Amino acid sequence: MKHNDYDVIVIGGGHAGAEAAHAAARMGVRTALVTLTKASIGVMSCNPAIGGLGKGHLVREIDALDGVMGRVADKAGIQFRLLNRKKGPAVQGPRAQSDRQIYRKEMQAELDLLKNLTILEGEATDLMMSGGRVTGIQMREGTTISAQSVILTTGTFLRGVIHIGDISRPGGRMGDDPSVKMAERLDSFGLPLGRLKTGTPPRLDGRTIAWDKLEAQPSDPEPVLFSFLSKGPFAPQIDCGITHTNEATHDIIRQNLGRSAMYGGKIDGVGPRYCPSIEDKIVRFADKTSHQIFLEPEGVNDHTVYPNGISTSLPEDVQKAYVNSIYGLENTVILQPGYAIEYDYVDPRALRATLELRDVPGLFLAGQINGTTGYEEAAAQGMVAGLNAAAQAKGQEPIIFSRRESYIGVMVDDLITRGVSEPYRMFTSRAEFRLSLRADNADQRLTERGHAVGCVGENRWAHFSKKMQQLTKAKAVLADMTISSREIAGLGVKLNADGPRRSALDALALSDFTFEHLGRLQLDIDNISNDIQDQVKKDALYAHYIARQERDIAAMERDENHIIPDDTDYTQIKGLSNEIAAKLIATRPTTIAHAGRIEGMTPAALMLIIGATKKQQQATGT
Amino acid sequence: MDTIFALATAQGRAGVAVVRVSGPLAVPAVGILCGDVPQTRGVRALRDPAGELLDEALVLQFVDGKSFTGESVVELQLHGSPAVVNAVLRCLGDMPELRQAEAGEFTRRALENGRLNLAEVEGLADLIDAETESQRKQAVRVFSGALGVLADSWRTRLIRAAALLEATIDFADEEVPVDVSPEVNDLLGQVRAEMMREAEGVRVAERVRDGFEVAIIGAPNVGKSTLLNRLAGRDVAITSEVAGTTRDVIEVQMDLDGLPVTLLDTAGVRDTDDIVEGLGVARAKERAERADFRIHLVMDSSEIGSDLGVDDLVVQAKSDLYGSGGLAISGKTGDGIDALIERVSARLQEKVGQIGIAMRERHRVAMVRAIGYLDDAAVAVQLPDAMTDLVAEDLRSAIRAVDSIVGRVDVEHVLDEIFSSFCIGK
Repeated sequence: MKHNDYDVIVIGGGHAGAEAAHAAARMGVRTALVTLTKASIGVMSCNPAIGGLGKGHLVREIDALDGVMGRVADKAGIQFRLLNRKKGPAVQGPRAQSDRQIYRKEMQAELDLLKNLTILEGEATDLMMSGGRVTGIQMREGTTISAQSVILTTGTFLRGVIHIGDISRPGGRMGDDPSVKMAERLDSFGLPLGRLKTGTPPRLDGRTIAWDKLEAQPSDPEPVLFSFLSKGPFAPQIDCGITHTNEATHDIIRQNLGRSAMYGGKIDGVGPRYCPSIEDKIVRFADKTSHQIFLEPEGVNDHTVYPNGISTSLPEDVQKAYVNSIYGLENTVILQPGYAIEYDYVDPRALRATLELRDVPGLFLAGQINGTTGYEEAAAQGMVAGLNAAAQAKGQEPIIFSRRESYIGVMVDDLITRGVSEPYRMFTSRAEFRLSLRADNADQRLTERGHAVGCVGENRWAHFSKKMQQLTKAKAVLADMTISSREIAGLGVKLNADGPRRSALDALALSDFTFEHLGRLQLDIDNISNDIQDQVKKDALYAHYIARQERDIAAMERDENHIIPDDTDYTQIKGLSNEIAAKLIATRPTTIAHAGRIEGMTPAALMLIIGATKKQQQATGT
Repeated sequence: MDTIFALATAQGRAGVAVVRVSGPLAVPAVGILCGDVPQTRGVRALRDPAGELLDEALVLQFVDGKSFTGESVVELQLHGSPAVVNAVLRCLGDMPELRQAEAGEFTRRALENGRLNLAEVEGLADLIDAETESQRKQAVRVFSGALGVLADSWRTRLIRAAALLEATIDFADEEVPVDVSPEVNDLLGQVRAEMMREAEGVRVAERVRDGFEVAIIGAPNVGKSTLLNRLAGRDVAITSEVAGTTRDVIEVQMDLDGLPVTLLDTAGVRDTDDIVEGLGVARAKERAERADFRIHLVMDSSEIGSDLGVDDLVVQAKSDLYGSGGLAISGKTGDGIDALIERVSARLQEKVGQIGIAMRERHRVAMVRAIGYLDDAAVAVQLPDAMTDLVAEDLRSAIRAVDSIVGRVDVEHVLDEIFSSFCIGK
């Protein structure tokens, strides 16, 4: 066997790339991370924040698999808020403002710690191929580096075009060049490409903002962090500010709409509906006289401020005029103008659930190149690609995430089954099993599996095992205590007092029954720590609903376990309509569950596929 | 694995209809209808939860591994009237652990459990395609017809309610309304009330298709059979002057102003020591109670029992002998028969007025399930510390339950509604 320079090469040091490299190295394979400059690893090119609804869930899942984003975000966190604190735990999402510098520094430090990982500075301009398989990369200076597989995490660099008003120029992020050559190589694979756009707001000089006039938004008094290993914030905590646009702002924007790159007809790409530019907001919601803006400091020792809510592609002079029309920003100086960026993405339906391209073995894609948006979505994909590239190098089974166990699984399945029509962002409403896929139980869902496949280190495993031991013990103790309905009702909990006796564990399923009530009933819960009490309560709260979903989960599991072999020839299955066969050939579903989610699929077609795969199994004796 | 059921023979009138129940709960589920399920086969009386007789059916049990699907299967061979089949399907559908099989689902289970070879699968695929196609056509008919308008408005309102809830969840840090419960309540309440009306209407609609039943009851020898003969215009029941002649239920089908009606002549209601006659009386009572309404034929008002239903008619019998006041007839002379027919017809027309536009038992089952979830959601949304995630979950379940009527609601539809209603994007 030919000796490769590395097992896995990761191109790009953004959120997808860093997580991919970390995951591959954790799996114990020789990994190289290729980036233009080492200093740019872990750069937050958009807003300085991690987490949120759905996104916070992804970070917890990454952390549960011993990934790096959660720990780094905790180190860099300068304002922690748990969103939906007053709603059910299933929809609570941790979020944090980050200090950009700390984030970058800590991310680089984390990668430096991994002895399997080499960071190479330079530009990967092309892929090396052998017999249709990607076998390495070529650098700008002509050297080649071989590997079993390559993970491409090029973000918005693919044919990126930056628009500031009527000025357009090629570029990835501000100050970086787009990767035209790599785009041409991808073209040669005949992959389906599409075009998307995204935007950022102007960055403001915080020293010129009248903070004392503005409403402040403080950190939560009891911060909730991302990592299951973190105890409390590391960095000093700060406030964000809140201000609003007004009619004067809107007038300025309306008068200059024709000069906006978007409205001037310069941009063809589709932008996200949940992250519209300020131009979009004013056109689409014309009757709204004011829009909220969060002023987010980019760091403890950084006077740059990110005004969240006013991303734009207007010319610089218009940006200055409308910013200065806003209360508290009358004298504010713009440090860097806002811009819109258009870029190519690969239709993710060309990917397997491992994020390897179906038709280009050895090449994995992760992050914005797959049509997603957001650091968290990128990191989660990076991890999936990193784990699978490593698993492939080690000859292990692919590591597939399911919709029923993780948001990661929901995202990957959405991408490879449905493709994207706008930049894909995670929402909790995308997860049909939302009540089981909680931020608080990400470790219970994933850490054991991560340990089994080899990506969870000893420290985390010990920490998790201890927690599970305590949790199991606490639940057993509580299942043995019984309470009458009368006792429960006597505490003021809404319940029919004539109902049956129930265990303390079942009683905790009542939303307004707490551990404090158990204490008042003189039950011995002193040996159960606050953390464990908290977890038991959250698990109990949803027990009834999760039981209701179990049949759906079982049905999905059965269909997921039914693997469709890669080499299934749909043209040879008698009775399949041409239309469905064509869809199957385009999507190449990996399981019956996957096939069933393809639009237009019929029960008869699924049956024929099952029949054909059974026949194939019998023929090969597997 | 779910336990599923469906009519395994063709829809419509047939000599015998087979309902198949497959899955781990097949035996206990059928047990609820017929008491003990025979080990192999046997005739059993099927009764609904209220204890009323649905049918005498041949019940066949197939154990795991020896059935068509390879699972535990019970088959019910019923008398092939649509009314009987629908009643049995309704009872099964009302069991929360059971659900109606989807197109091809029995076959798919058979395949997965190694009960079919590929050639058989290919043969069956055509059948399933036809079944899927007929369901698709039915769905298209639903959407192009009156139910389509209604389904569409339910769909719009359910999506709106889901969008309001999901917006407060997924966009909590954006400028969206904090308390959406009044609008959500309002939307869910409207949809629920309309579904209730439709679900009720399905029964009446079935009657229009399959016929109404009107029972004639009264003391022995009060002239029930004579009245029946008059109404039907032919001699069907043996009428004699000896009390207790009609030992069982006599049915006469007739057309009343375009509505199919089955008139039931029941054995005279009286205490008796005769075992055979006693059975006849019990059976007569049962049938009469299940009829759409009853004609109480009485000599005088003291005979009216406490079992008078709201729709029932009280008729003075033998007006030729006892004179008359109000609704009175004489089976012998024919006096008052036309007036009675008019009243019966008017009463049936009233019932037809309650018909909704949802026509299928499948729709009714879907609506009843959805109503249950909407009730849960309505309770939860009103709690002061409402857990929005649970309310949203109930609403999702409700929408899934009525998928077959309103069409599939995708998360993208909910997101579309959110993004068009609220300015998201801080």
